[in-house]
Amino acid sequence: MVETSPFPADTEHVITARQVNFFYGATQALFDISMDIPGRRVTAFIGPSGCGKSTFLRIFNRMNDTIAGTRLEGDVRINGEDIYENGSNVVSLRRKVGMVFQKSNPFPKSIFDNVAYGPRIHGTKDRQELAEIVEKSLVRSALWDEVKDRLDTNAIGLSGGQQQRLCIARALAVGPEILLMDEPASALDPKSTIRIEDLIGELRNDYTIVIVTHNMQQAARISDYTAFFYEGRLVEFNPTKKIFTKPREKQTEDYITGRFG
Amino acid sequence: MWKDKAMRLLMLSAASTSIFLVVLIFIFLVKEAAPFALKPGLDALFDRQWIPVSFVQERYGILPLITGSALVTGLSMLFTIPLSVLGAIYIAEIASPVEREILKPFIELLASIPSVVLGFFGLVVLAPLIKTFFGLGTGLSALTGALLLTLMAIPTVISLSEDAIMSVPHAYKDASRALGASDLQTIFQVIIPAALPGIIAAIMLGTGRVIGETMAVLMVTGNSALMTWSPLAPVRTMTATIAAEMGEVSFGSLHYQALFWIGLVLLAVTFLLNIIAQRVLVRYGMMK
Repeated sequence: MVETSPFPADTEHVITARQVNFFYGATQALFDISMDIPGRRVTAFIGPSGCGKSTFLRIFNRMNDTIAGTRLEGDVRINGEDIYENGSNVVSLRRKVGMVFQKSNPFPKSIFDNVAYGPRIHGTKDRQELAEIVEKSLVRSALWDEVKDRLDTNAIGLSGGQQQRLCIARALAVGPEILLMDEPASALDPKSTIRIEDLIGELRNDYTIVIVTHNMQQAARISDYTAFFYEGRLVEFNPTKKIFTKPREKQTEDYITGRFG
Repeated sequence: MWKDKAMRLLMLSAASTSIFLVVLIFIFLVKEAAPFALKPGLDALFDRQWIPVSFVQERYGILPLITGSALVTGLSMLFTIPLSVLGAIYIAEIASPVEREILKPFIELLASIPSVVLGFFGLVVLAPLIKTFFGLGTGLSALTGALLLTLMAIPTVISLSEDAIMSVPHAYKDASRALGASDLQTIFQVIIPAALPGIIAAIMLGTGRVIGETMAVLMVTGNSALMTWSPLAPVRTMTATIAAEMGEVSFGSLHYQALFWIGLVLLAVTFLLNIIAQRVLVRYGMMK
């Protein structure tokens, strides 16, 4: 495939991937993917189930490392640093690259302790400082007003949409630059989905956001750039507007017009 | 039609057998123990001495037997809890599949050793070791019994704690790791707290097993019904007392009735432990 740059000339690339191949045991899941992801923009990954979009996303915070028998070839850099280099620090990588999962997964702890979990494991002990971080993060994730009077209640009692915003607050609390979102709204009702999408809109100016979604309207609504994956390959990566109006590839067009997938 | 009904009745009675038996045992215990409450009265049970056969004055104080059981059980849990919980964490979270394949059958094997065989081991191997190590007159002590009981409690507590740890949703682990937590931080700050109700229930059930155990403690604790809190002193537990004396007691005597009171106390304690364990499990949604 011809590599094209869909970006304006002065774009700052936060994540760069070169010739990435990825294997689950003997099965190859990703084929020769090269891609630059711009800073402080929303980039959406779309494609049918099993196309490798989530696998590719999980490369950026090395979450695939936790699965036995996986192997990566190629070069992945964040702010120019090779994140798979021997001796590179996974802990500091994951502080920089936060993640929100498909199914909201708050800990069975209080709302406060959920948000404070990250700062605490990274050494913040001062109660006052933690309280500030918790408030700031909950305000940013648009949850503060709903929970400020019950921070010490168990997070499991929140609604699905609230839980997912809590997970976003928890990710924000460690001060990441990049937020990876793996179908963050796919398990939510339409109203909660819109709240999450609005939230992404508010965060876009301060964070580099990469979101996997199977919902093409969602990608069209919230992203600046869209990458279409098919069978482990990156088919097309272009500004979202272009992808949804004049896609370069026939496959992309077939997918977004609903001819398969 | 009548076949269905008959079959249903048959299965219902099979299923009800245990309820029926528990009630029957309870009634039987109370019936045999009851006369003691009238004469000499329950006060006699709170005596500090157990001398059921005497030419001077018989005494039926079960306090030394209760402290004996408490001492042996407490000591045993002191060893069991850290060993089992750390072991369960290792097996559930850290061990490679190969290590797990080796460890688990051995733990199950430990559970299947008859307690009299363990008692034999305690008598021949453990007691002399303790005698030499602490410079005692006899190696038959509360500590010896506690160590043996630890061997018996470990399989129960490890297996149930491991189940509790395994049942913690994988999503918690992902969330913790994605925030930059190390594996140890994840285990101790997310997984263990989430599994804690299950681990507590496991410890309760293990304690129940230890309190009720008879044969091994009878063989190695020294059989001296003296009130003491010293781990190195010989003691006598409630279970050992019943087992040792029931065969020789004359039917219907005060001594006989006192033994039944011991049985009632034991039943009450184990019943309570089981109830608490179940409550904890149900409360935290680990058991329906």
